[in-house]
Amino acid sequence: MAFREYKIGARMFGLALGGSMMITLYMPSLDIVKVGSTEYGVRKSLSFGRVGGFSLEDPFLRGWSKPKTVLLKKDPRTGAAMDPTYAYVYEPGVRFTSSIPHPRILGVGVKDLSLEKGHINEAREAEGAVFLVQEGRYEGKKYPYIENATATRNWTPDVVLSSVKDSDIQKIGSGKIMFVREGCWWCHTLLPEETQDWQVFGAPPALGDFNSETPTAFGSDRKAPDLLHIGSRNSSREWMMMHFFNPRLVQPHSIMPRFDYLWGEKDASGNRIDYDKWRADYNAYTAGERVYPPDVPVPAQDSDARMLIDFILSLK
Amino acid sequence: MFKYLFAKGDDIPRGTAAVYFGISSIIWFVIGTGLGSFNAAKLAFPDFVTGSEFFSFGHMRQVHVMAVIFGWISMAFAMAMMYITPALGNTKLWSEKLGVWNCFLWNVGLSLALCLLWAGISSGREYSDFPWFIDIYVLAFIGIPLGLNVWMTVIKRRTQGIYTTNWFFAGAVFMVWIVLFVGNLPEYFQLTGLTEAYLTWWFAHNVLGLWITPVAAAIAYYTVPKITGNPLYSHRIGHLHFWSVVVFYSTPAAHHLMSSPLPEWLKSFASVEGVLILVPAIAFVSNLILTMTGKWHYFVDNVETKFTMTGVLLAIPLNMQGGFQQTRAINWYIHGTGWIVAHAHLALLGFSTFLEASAVYYGLQTIMRRKLYSLALANFHFWFLLIGFCTYWISMTIAGLIQGAAKIYEVPYIDTVIAEHPYMIARWVGGTMVFTGNCVWLYNMWMTAREGTLIPEGRLPHELAYER
Repeated sequence: MAFREYKIGARMFGLALGGSMMITLYMPSLDIVKVGSTEYGVRKSLSFGRVGGFSLEDPFLRGWSKPKTVLLKKDPRTGAAMDPTYAYVYEPGVRFTSSIPHPRILGVGVKDLSLEKGHINEAREAEGAVFLVQEGRYEGKKYPYIENATATRNWTPDVVLSSVKDSDIQKIGSGKIMFVREGCWWCHTLLPEETQDWQVFGAPPALGDFNSETPTAFGSDRKAPDLLHIGSRNSSREWMMMHFFNPRLVQPHSIMPRFDYLWGEKDASGNRIDYDKWRADYNAYTAGERVYPPDVPVPAQDSDARMLIDFILSLK
Repeated sequence: MFKYLFAKGDDIPRGTAAVYFGISSIIWFVIGTGLGSFNAAKLAFPDFVTGSEFFSFGHMRQVHVMAVIFGWISMAFAMAMMYITPALGNTKLWSEKLGVWNCFLWNVGLSLALCLLWAGISSGREYSDFPWFIDIYVLAFIGIPLGLNVWMTVIKRRTQGIYTTNWFFAGAVFMVWIVLFVGNLPEYFQLTGLTEAYLTWWFAHNVLGLWITPVAAAIAYYTVPKITGNPLYSHRIGHLHFWSVVVFYSTPAAHHLMSSPLPEWLKSFASVEGVLILVPAIAFVSNLILTMTGKWHYFVDNVETKFTMTGVLLAIPLNMQGGFQQTRAINWYIHGTGWIVAHAHLALLGFSTFLEASAVYYGLQTIMRRKLYSLALANFHFWFLLIGFCTYWISMTIAGLIQGAAKIYEVPYIDTVIAEHPYMIARWVGGTMVFTGNCVWLYNMWMTAREGTLIPEGRLPHELAYER
């Protein structure tokens, strides 16, 4: 029997699908690679680290191999007072955010300044590095750029970390891992919409706010307030602590799950957290048998809850 | 199942792979909808089960989605391909053994992947949540063996031309390879920023547009003519459907990100292409409705046709919503609200599930040569699915409109949550009905395999439906 071979059909199919991918993948990519990073985008990606989801350096999403964001009020070498400055500390072995090994991601100007003035090409993951965000001029225009302070000022990660109190260290990168792992983004979007949302949730993100960030975790199904600027609306660590432990403590109508399990075994003072007792007391409170709800334990320094709160408060 | 993994190819009875895929898909459907019902309960009653990360909404939501897409829908598709492709090529499946291995590796891989996802090990990208090594597994051990079997069966066919259903099957398995590979490039090659965001939604859009929608439609192109005995109304309209899926459905990915800072031209282009989705949709629905001419009593009498045509008819509201809700004029109102959740369930639980269920019902009876154990239970399943789905769809659509209004008037968010509460309860009731119906289905199919009346040679299952 003479079989039809569908030669024309197969070519048409290749043309149709290839054309579609040309328009929807190749052409937008030309526009997207031209986008230069904003200062906000540079800071965000430096504080998040390389990946916010599964990666080989953090396969169980425990917040391993992530940078620490440190608020410096004095020079860590000399001790001289300085304007409060955020330093992004990558301890030895922590994977850099992609824009350090691939500065092209930063876009014109940002890339050039980061290489020429910031010396980011001299940073080595094995030795660790401390990054700052500066502003400079390139071909007459202002751009933010990344300064590798380990190369330019000899600020090593241990020098910087040992010069500050724990309350000035934020584990934002590890907190983003918690945000992804715990599925916060299934209800809380990170994308105020362009058509409305300005008044309550704040300005929508700009084109260059995401360079070197992955996953962007915009979220698609908003069942809860947008969080892109939550740190500007509510900067209370105590409120966040209570809200994560049991959202009904601060918002009786909330449908958010309780994230008390992120506290782990012990609280900040090293005492074992008795969850059963807490829940019994809380039930007594909701039943009207207690006047006040039980106190929420302060999360330990290395608890998941602390990291998540650091991340949430960093969303300004 | 295990005994055929190492059997000689000729010793494996025809249709084995299809039966395994069919039963697996029903089991995954029960699991997936059970998880869905549990998730819905948590949205209605947040303290329902609490204090453990494994029963936290954020850990379970994606397991529901992936169990349903990769377990139920895609395995039901594989089931349909394993018996429809050879039937339409007047031949046998190219490799029954590859089919059995495909099903085995699919179940093993998906179980592992969902356990990881449940533990929170996720890429953080919606619909491509699996970490990259699972994505590679999905492509290598799920997508490629399935596609290979379909393609080789089509190539080795003993008919001159290829029937509509098989164009769709062969086209879709090829396109899904591309979608699985390209959509996960951000994870393989550490692509970041807007590229990652866009490719996430390119994947999510195309896995629906180039895999779920065309394969589900292809099932209707088989079951309706097969059961009613009417030939397909128009081969040419089938062509129009196929080509417009390839051209129009593969392009509007950016309409999922209408309010994000993507290039404006891309969003406008996607929006226009999105309206053109109505071309394949109208071609499909009208072709099937006209095929039913004179045989509409099957819609009432015959349970497989009831499922098929319900799926086809649900494609009308699906595409009317889908075509227009993504335009700028409407999208700003309903973006990110429960409306979209309702729409997604209309696509997957309404339109496509009913078509897949018809393929699984019909296929299992045909291959096992056993009549359905209980027609009454099948009708119970149908009505529980339909009423449960409608309850879900309507309640979530209303919830979405409330959210939309609250969004544009920027009322305090908690007022939206309070206003949505009754609809969250309705959603849970609807989802639980679907789950209950599926448990009944699993029982019915299990009993069919064990105790169903044998179908004599030369007869078709639907001819015997009302015979004792």
